[in-house]
Amino acid sequence: MALILEQLLNGLQLGVTLFLLAAGLTLVFGIMGVINLAHGSLYMIGAYAGALLAAQTGSFVLAFLGGLLAAGLAGMLIEFLVLRKLYARDHLDQVLATFALILTVNQAAVILFGRRPLFVDIPPWLNGSVSLGLFNYPIYRLSIIALGLVVAVALALFITRTRIGMLVRAGATHRDMVRALGVDIRMLYTVIFGLGALLAGLAGVMAGPLLAVQVGMGEQILILTFVVVVIGGLGSVRGAFFGALLVGMVDTSMRAFLPGLFRQLMPGPEADALGAGIASMGVYLLMALVLLIRPKGLFPAHG
Amino acid sequence: MAELSSRPERRISPLHWAIFAAALALLIALPFLAKAFGSPASIGLATRILIYAIAAASLNIALGYGGMVSFGHAAFFGLGAYVTGILYHHFISGDPLFGVITGSNALLVTLPAAILVTGVMAAIIGALSLRTSGVQFIMITLAFAQMLFFFFAALKIYGGDDGLIIRRRNTLFDLNLRDDTTFYFLCLGLTLVVFFLKARIVGSRFGRVLEGIRQNERRMAIFGLSPYAYKLVAFAISGMGAGLAGALMANYLRFVSPDMLHWTKSGELMIMVILGGVGTLFGPLFGAGALVLLETVLAGWTEHWQIVLGPILLAIVLFRSDARALLARAFGRRAA
Repeated sequence: MALILEQLLNGLQLGVTLFLLAAGLTLVFGIMGVINLAHGSLYMIGAYAGALLAAQTGSFVLAFLGGLLAAGLAGMLIEFLVLRKLYARDHLDQVLATFALILTVNQAAVILFGRRPLFVDIPPWLNGSVSLGLFNYPIYRLSIIALGLVVAVALALFITRTRIGMLVRAGATHRDMVRALGVDIRMLYTVIFGLGALLAGLAGVMAGPLLAVQVGMGEQILILTFVVVVIGGLGSVRGAFFGALLVGMVDTSMRAFLPGLFRQLMPGPEADALGAGIASMGVYLLMALVLLIRPKGLFPAHG
Repeated sequence: MAELSSRPERRISPLHWAIFAAALALLIALPFLAKAFGSPASIGLATRILIYAIAAASLNIALGYGGMVSFGHAAFFGLGAYVTGILYHHFISGDPLFGVITGSNALLVTLPAAILVTGVMAAIIGALSLRTSGVQFIMITLAFAQMLFFFFAALKIYGGDDGLIIRRRNTLFDLNLRDDTTFYFLCLGLTLVVFFLKARIVGSRFGRVLEGIRQNERRMAIFGLSPYAYKLVAFAISGMGAGLAGALMANYLRFVSPDMLHWTKSGELMIMVILGGVGTLFGPLFGAGALVLLETVLAGWTEHWQIVLGPILLAIVLFRSDARALLARAFGRRAA
């Protein structure tokens, strides 16, 4: 029981990380109609900036802010230099241009920081674990969950209660109408893209101490994010939230429990290999299942 | 309907024929030229270009003619390669696959097997993915390809991450396929077959309907044609071609690994189609040639060749419509 709860919390932690990425991706698509493969690169930039600053200054707070800043700036730069030219293009051009961006950013990271992964220490004041009754759970992971949920609530309030949020909602459903009503769409685009980049950077900074910071980490999580967005419904932030939690939990629990289940049916090493293999396919099968039942995702955005 | 089935001839201009004839002559002469100029390695390079041309031409059926932006064609490419590798593995070890399928190293068995398996897989993935369209379709094809990537990476009996070595190329009659020149001509022959079939498909009633669906899906549906069925068949054919290319690549490299299913490979195939011209017949051949040569030249120049390739591709995508407009003005009409 304790093990299951612990894995569920781990799944929740992966889930909120995925949500931070999926929210930006789905907003950028919902408002601008752009598919941005380089979203994962922003995550990587956030993680690298955080790792380097943490190593230089030893301050987690500085690293945290630096990671956010770096991802936000990189996002605005990308929007200004590349994506702005792609809004009117078809999806094929958007995919290829942002694919080219990934190649460039990844190789630049290799040149600047090498292929060796960087490791970040958990700050002392977040280190250790706390008792949750049945089991102990790391404080750091718990604070990721908390921060992720806070951001989710804040984002929901931002979208439902503020004027910009109203434009975001309007833009997601009737983009041309918003434009026709005289809204400064360029400003809105930059704000949305900057927001998405910040969230991606936040996910990257927070993941730094848990994962190895290395080239390619962005694409690994980007593809999972795609699964989240497809399951949740493209353009829907609420869908991104529930999709992310679902994917996070399913992925984590399958990885944790499948090998054990298979071990009761066959010898150890084979069971581990097969279990791990099927577990890594699990979320994609989940996606296939959702597509069979609800082709537009669980919470489709209108229009 | 009469108009649709009357198969309007797709005119290929004399200029295009001339370019094609010149390219073919060059491709036939290439191994001899390579030997004469003391650069036998370029035969291998040309073989890779031809194999990628088959894959890109197949992708173009889905992407260019069907308007389906598949970001997962590396899955079919890699699957075709794995079929070849796995059949060879069982041929050597002697124990049949699933207890019934005996292994094989005969090209006349492995190529059709690769095409069949990838066709079935493309039909399954297509049937699910085509329930969506647009950006979701891009994401889903990518995700399914990634699923197969993880599947093969976890498949320890066939090498897992490390891949599978094929000690000797498959056999075909009495040909010595271990000789690179012979293998090159085999690939050239198959490339011609694939491009011929592609021309027939594109020019057929099926091809016209597909083109119509790409332009306006609803219009075709009003004609009483099912866009879903046509797109699915096109997607499956497209996957089969990529599978064929993968099987050839497995033979050429004598090695199969999950890297062949990596998502960047899907991106590269798309770039080849774009470079050559979306929805053109011979474009993928030139696109494949351009990208493979560019990669080879850059890789010989610096280890970090992607930092050069990335911006070049970016510039091509961002400015290609401007460039085409310039060309069109220069030649008085739309190029290609």
